[in-house]
Amino acid sequence: MMDLAAVQMIWLRDIIRFTRDRAQILGAVARPILWLLIMGVGLGASVPRVGNTPYLEFIFPGVIALNLIFASFLSAISIIWDREFGFLKEILVAPISRASIAVGKALSGTTVAVLHGAVVLAFALILRLPFTAAQIALALPVMALMAFVSTALGILIASRMTSFEGFGTIANFVIMPLFLLSGAVFPLDRVPPWLHRLARANPFTYGVDLLRGIFSGVMHYPIWMDLAVLAGCGALFVTLAVAAFKHME
Amino acid sequence: MPIIEVEHLVKRYGEVTAVNDVSFAVEPGELFAFLGPNGAGKTTTISILCTLLAPTSGATRVAGFDCLRQPTEVRARIGIIFQDPSLDERLTAWENLLFHAMIYHVPARERRDRIERVLAMVELSDWRHTIVKRFSGGMKRRLEIARGLLHQPTLLFLDEPTLGLDPQTRRRLWAFVARLRRESQITIFLTTHYLEEAEVCDRVAIMDHGRLVALDTPAALKARHATPAASLEDVFLHLTGHDIRDEGAMDDNPLKTVRRWNRFLR
Repeated sequence: MMDLAAVQMIWLRDIIRFTRDRAQILGAVARPILWLLIMGVGLGASVPRVGNTPYLEFIFPGVIALNLIFASFLSAISIIWDREFGFLKEILVAPISRASIAVGKALSGTTVAVLHGAVVLAFALILRLPFTAAQIALALPVMALMAFVSTALGILIASRMTSFEGFGTIANFVIMPLFLLSGAVFPLDRVPPWLHRLARANPFTYGVDLLRGIFSGVMHYPIWMDLAVLAGCGALFVTLAVAAFKHME
Repeated sequence: MPIIEVEHLVKRYGEVTAVNDVSFAVEPGELFAFLGPNGAGKTTTISILCTLLAPTSGATRVAGFDCLRQPTEVRARIGIIFQDPSLDERLTAWENLLFHAMIYHVPARERRDRIERVLAMVELSDWRHTIVKRFSGGMKRRLEIARGLLHQPTLLFLDEPTLGLDPQTRRRLWAFVARLRRESQITIFLTTHYLEEAEVCDRVAIMDHGRLVALDTPAALKARHATPAASLEDVFLHLTGHDIRDEGAMDDNPLKTVRRWNRFLR
């Protein structure tokens, strides 16, 4: 049972909070600076090319993925703050379905994450990467799909967490592994089999693969497989997140 | 028909029985107080009535709807001011109210008028676009009350509404409750530690160790349990004893004792 007013409220609240959160906007700019400007340019000096792709261009889809995953987890984790500061009770006691709360949260996290991802796109212009408007237009829906998968996963984790040890724990044990194991910073065709297996189990590997296909024309997996894994994971995680929300007291 | 019906309500947390076979009914329009020492089971009972907690056994009905099987119907008819703050402090007063109106399905064209009206009622109109973080404790409480009334509930729960407020704000809040009762048919169910606040209620229920130990008008309670000139506090102490309560089981862990005293001194 979906309740549009509730979905709209959850979404609007998160967008308003996002626009007032300077630290979050700063983070959206700081991460591309670290990973594109320092890591991309720095490592690119010694490893000029991956296949035929310049290193800076190679790491670019990975940095988009990083900003997407970071922002959507940050957004999903706000559920824990809401519990801490009491606002979650105000929402849980309202005459709306738990499913619409989870869906509203998934959509607001997706929106905010795509905005974070768009900041990385702006860096492409500054760094004079040779991307066309058509490539960017194609990348946006892929980014939205990846952001949805990651927000739903974040909500699932947040709704199961009873104590909060700080965002650092999640960054170290969830976000960074997902980022590093997605083929974002190094190609997956020369890594040992155990590492490759881990990367194959990571849904973001398929998102990075799609983005790299769009920006550099190089792909590891067929398009249908990338899309199927992302869509399947999105549907699975959001279903589990809704179920977890229903059993929350 | 009573607006609240509770029959043989039981709530257990593992070994601990928080609410132990409690039955009572509240009539429409009543101002009903729930008294009891810390850990008596007051907040647990309210949480069950508000559909936030499932009972172990027993039946609860609010406005004729079953709290367990028809939670949405119950939720649409009640307003709650929780014991702990539940505002979004990063939003303005207006935004907090607007979002409340949205999830309680107040029609879009009525929202503005209703928000203005409740803001005026709690005298916060001049602060409508201020971020709630800048509000004092009393202002936050008033905003929560405005929010609880925005969807025009037939039943209002106030869980320790005056806890931590200065005497001025407390007095203002009671004047406001009195006005609310004069002007509408609303039923108010409150829990409190301040016994002088319970004196003005229609009926008072006293809870201890999860059981209901008394339920009557303040006058009848005083006549029955203490000397005629006694206060409700005498009745309360007579029924519940003089021991200081901890919310958990008895435990001689020194750290816990320190915490207990800290809580007491706060």
